[in-house]
This record gives sequence, structure tokens and C-alpha cells, in this order.
Amino acid sequence: MALTTTTYGYTKERSGEARPVSPDIAAVEPGSLTFEINHMDLFYGDHHALKDVSMDIRTHEITALIGPSGCGKSTFLKSLNRRNDLVENCRITGDIRFEGKDIFREVDLLALRTRVGMVFQQPTPFPKSIFENVAYGPRLQGISHKGELAGIVEQSLRQAACWDEMKDRLNQSALGLSGGQQQRLCIARTLAARPSVILMDEPTSALDPISTQKIEDLALELKEKYTIIIVTHNMQQAKRISDKTAFFLLGELIEFDDTVKMFTDPSNPKTEEYITGRFG
Amino acid sequence: MNDSHFAAKKRADNIMTVFFRFGAWSAVILLIAFVGYVMGEGCRYLTADMLSFTEKGLGNQFFNTLYLVFLSLVFSAIGGIPAGVYLAEYARKGHLVKWVRMAVETLSSLPSIVVGLFGYLVFIVMTHSEWNMLAGALTVSILMLPLLTSVTEDALRTLPESYRLSSYGLGASQWQTVLHVLLPAAFPRIMTGLIMAAGRGFGEAAALMFTAGMSTDIRWDDWNLGSPSCPLNPLRPSETLTLHIWALRTEALEVNANEQAAACSAILMILVVSFSLIARYMSYRIDKKMGGN
Repeated sequence: MALTTTTYGYTKERSGEARPVSPDIAAVEPGSLTFEINHMDLFYGDHHALKDVSMDIRTHEITALIGPSGCGKSTFLKSLNRRNDLVENCRITGDIRFEGKDIFREVDLLALRTRVGMVFQQPTPFPKSIFENVAYGPRLQGISHKGELAGIVEQSLRQAACWDEMKDRLNQSALGLSGGQQQRLCIARTLAARPSVILMDEPTSALDPISTQKIEDLALELKEKYTIIIVTHNMQQAKRISDKTAFFLLGELIEFDDTVKMFTDPSNPKTEEYITGRFG
Repeated sequence: MNDSHFAAKKRADNIMTVFFRFGAWSAVILLIAFVGYVMGEGCRYLTADMLSFTEKGLGNQFFNTLYLVFLSLVFSAIGGIPAGVYLAEYARKGHLVKWVRMAVETLSSLPSIVVGLFGYLVFIVMTHSEWNMLAGALTVSILMLPLLTSVTEDALRTLPESYRLSSYGLGASQWQTVLHVLLPAAFPRIMTGLIMAAGRGFGEAAALMFTAGMSTDIRWDDWNLGSPSCPLNPLRPSETLTLHIWALRTEALEVNANEQAAACSAILMILVVSFSLIARYMSYRIDKKMGGN
């Protein structure tokens, strides 16, 4: 079965491209499958971290991954853009398909990472200006025309609801922003690379309630155009924003269903125990 | 436990505080006294003649020093910065890395006179050439190389892992990540390393004695790069300020050798201190710009 590789070289076919085709939003039908995961197992050395996970992730939906610490939800998320490739001794078996293609064999790694954006737990701006942070992705894709970059930066900052507060300080360092602003800037930076999927790894756990609210509103807006997969510790958050919820426990996917069903009528007793706060 | 117990503790505390403070201040006082003495002596004997770019003056040596340090910085940066990047970003744990790191550490503790002799054998004897600046610069760059390698490696290692993850997450290749994110972020610290390396270059004498040569013959109207008296020709003998001090004090070919040496020391001091201050200021500015304040 597919194994991880530790190469992240720039392949020839990719470097010749001026710009990867941005997802043709109109052509993607809501409800089609973005990710299909079948019988996936993941090992860190001898540790069996994910056990026989199968899940379909639908386009333009928000899928929340919940579960107690160490249950494998972040590990699962990281596998979707092959970030586990960077982890030594990590081995994945099973089948992960992105838009129908095997992510280990049929999709170029750099193309995958461009199409599947990522937002981290802590805001991770580069020590560059606000403008350069957002322009980073487009620049990687070979866009160097100033006007075009400026357009992409503005559009991305608007989408991430930061344009009004940041438009007058585009040339200032991103490190001078508050934590909440930095996180929204990171979302803008991700959007500027034109992904079709955004992975969010507990994006609000380091933020205050007001910033959290802004990020949640943003996620709901972005869902119109992007597929979002979010790891969260906060069950209320999963309930508020997600369409589907997946509950992980000790490396196993215990239950995966519509969020409404999961929170009102879970079919597995363990799910019920967790969401009612009896453990976790 | 009684009052005297606490009093004793407090007393010991006070004594040690004074002791540490004394240690810290003595470094400052020593430096001020030293710089003051050298500058005072030097300025007393400094004459207009000495400031000229002629055979009598120190101008040529001054120029040689700058040019030689510049060349050796270029050479050591070409070798040292990529080596540091390799160790920090590309090398997997294993024997090779251990060997590279050990080589770098050993290199950094080599006595400069030994490196000088090595430079003499390789760059002068084996190439059948006369003493020249290029040989001197290459020799000094051997001394700078380990410093730049370890500074670059440390600078990259201390960067948050999130820079790498975010960059990869946006579809960057490893080279793009190194070039566009990591090296710019590490720049202030690499800059500091370059300053330290330059400081070493300014002060170097032993490694240059047998390589750069103890004479200089520059004609400032000669701009033919092939000519042995062209200032910019790196293949000419080029005595630096430190070598000149050494020559004056050991060979005493001139009546006022002591005075000239004092003046020469003062010039060298001004050069080193002002270079260090300018570089520090630049690095501070860059830091500030990137830090967002």
C-alpha cells in the first residue's frame, strides 16, 4: 500500500507551470467528494496512531474532528496535506484520495500542499510585512507582477475580514499584529495561495473569545467557496459551525455523521459520553 | 535558626552581589582604559604624513586591511553560509553530520600561525606565486569559515518550526523555504556573525605574515588590474595595519618606529570600533523593521 516518502523536491512538470489552475468553483458540485479515505492506518514507529479510518469529506462542507488529546485527530488532519512526511518514522497505509486521486502516487506533493491550505493552532506569520506574508503563496507560484499581487493581497485580506484594519499598514511587520489579527492574516495568506481545501488545526485555541467569534464567522463564510476541515477541542465550536462531525478516540474513528445527529442522537454510547462531558 | 543566621545569609548575599558587579564592571573599565590608552598614544604621534596614501603614510595599509577583510568575508561566506544551511536544514542525523560538525569545531580552534603556514604552503609555494593579498584573504577565510558555519546553523535552528511548516503548507519547496523565509529571518544573526568574522580579520597578523606579505607598493594612478601596483589587483603583496605594526616594532627600520606603531594601532582601533558600531546599528535597524515595532 502507499507509503510516505520523505522527498519534497520540486518536480519538473510543476516548476514549468506559471500558476496552478485555481479550483473552478462553479464546476465543483456541492456534495461531491473532496477527500476519500479508505482503511487508513498510521504508525509512528511502533505506535499505531490511527486505526482503520475511513471517511468521506464532502466539498463545501465544514467537517469538525473532535476527541480527547492524543486521539489522533490532528495526526489525521496532518496526513491530508502530507505534513506527516516531515515526521521521521511515520508510515501510512491505506488509501487517501484527493479529488479522486491517490495523494501519495497521483498528486504532486507541492501541488497538493498548494490546493490544501493549512491554518495552525498558533498564528504563524512570517517575519515579513503584512503584504509580503499574503503575497508569499502567489509569489511561490511565479506571480511577480506588482498590480496582480496587490489585487490578490487585497482580495485575500477582504475574504479573511482583515482588509479594513490592515489596509493602511500593509508594509508594517506582521509580527506587530495582535494574536487574533495574526490568525486572520494567516487565513488570508492561505487563501491567497488559492487552495480548494483549508485544514484548520485548533485555530482558535490560542485566541480570546472575540477573535474566536470572528474566526468562526469567517469559517462559515468561507464554506461557500472552500471545503474546511477543522480540528477542535471545543465541542460547542464543532456544534456551532460544522456540517459533519467525526469523533476520534484512541486512534479509532468512533463515529462520523451529520453534526446535528451527532449532538442530538449519537449512535455510539462513547460519543454520547464524550459530548456530554463525562470524559475527555 | 536565629537572627544571626539570617544576617549571615544576607551578608553573603551582599558580598557576592558586589563581587559579580565588580567582575562585570572590570570588563568595561578595562576596555575603556585600553582604548583610551591606545587612542591617546596614537593621536599624540599621528602626523599628517602618516594619514597619507603614500609610502610614508598608513593609508595604503589601511586600504589593504579593508580590501583583504572584504575578500576573505566573501570567500568564507561562500563556504560557511551554505555549510551552516546544510547542517541546519538538509542534513539528517547520522555519521556524516557528526564528521562535518567535528571538522568545523576543529577548524575553529586551529592556531592562526599554523593556518598561516598552511596558507603559505598551499597558496604561495604550491602555486609558485609571490606573497599576495588573495593568498592572505583565502588563509584568513579559513579562520572565519567555522565561525560563519556555526553562526548560520544556530541562527536557522533557533527559528520557530512554524516558519517551515507554514511555508511547506503553502506549497513551497525546501529551497524556496530556505531562500524566502528562513535566510531572511536569520539574516540579523548571520550579519552579526559576519561582523564577528570581520573583527577577526581586522586583527589577524600571524596568518598573514607568510601569505599577504610584509610590503605594499600601491600607485593610486595605476588602474590596470594586471599591474602589480594597482590598488585593486589582489595578486600583489599587501601589508595590512596589523602586519605593519608588527614590522615596525620588530624590524625598527625607521627612527620613529614606536611612534608610527602607536599611530597605526590607533587607526586600527578606530577602524574596528567604528565598523562594529555601524554593523550593530544596521543589524538593530533590520531587527526592528522585522520585529514590527
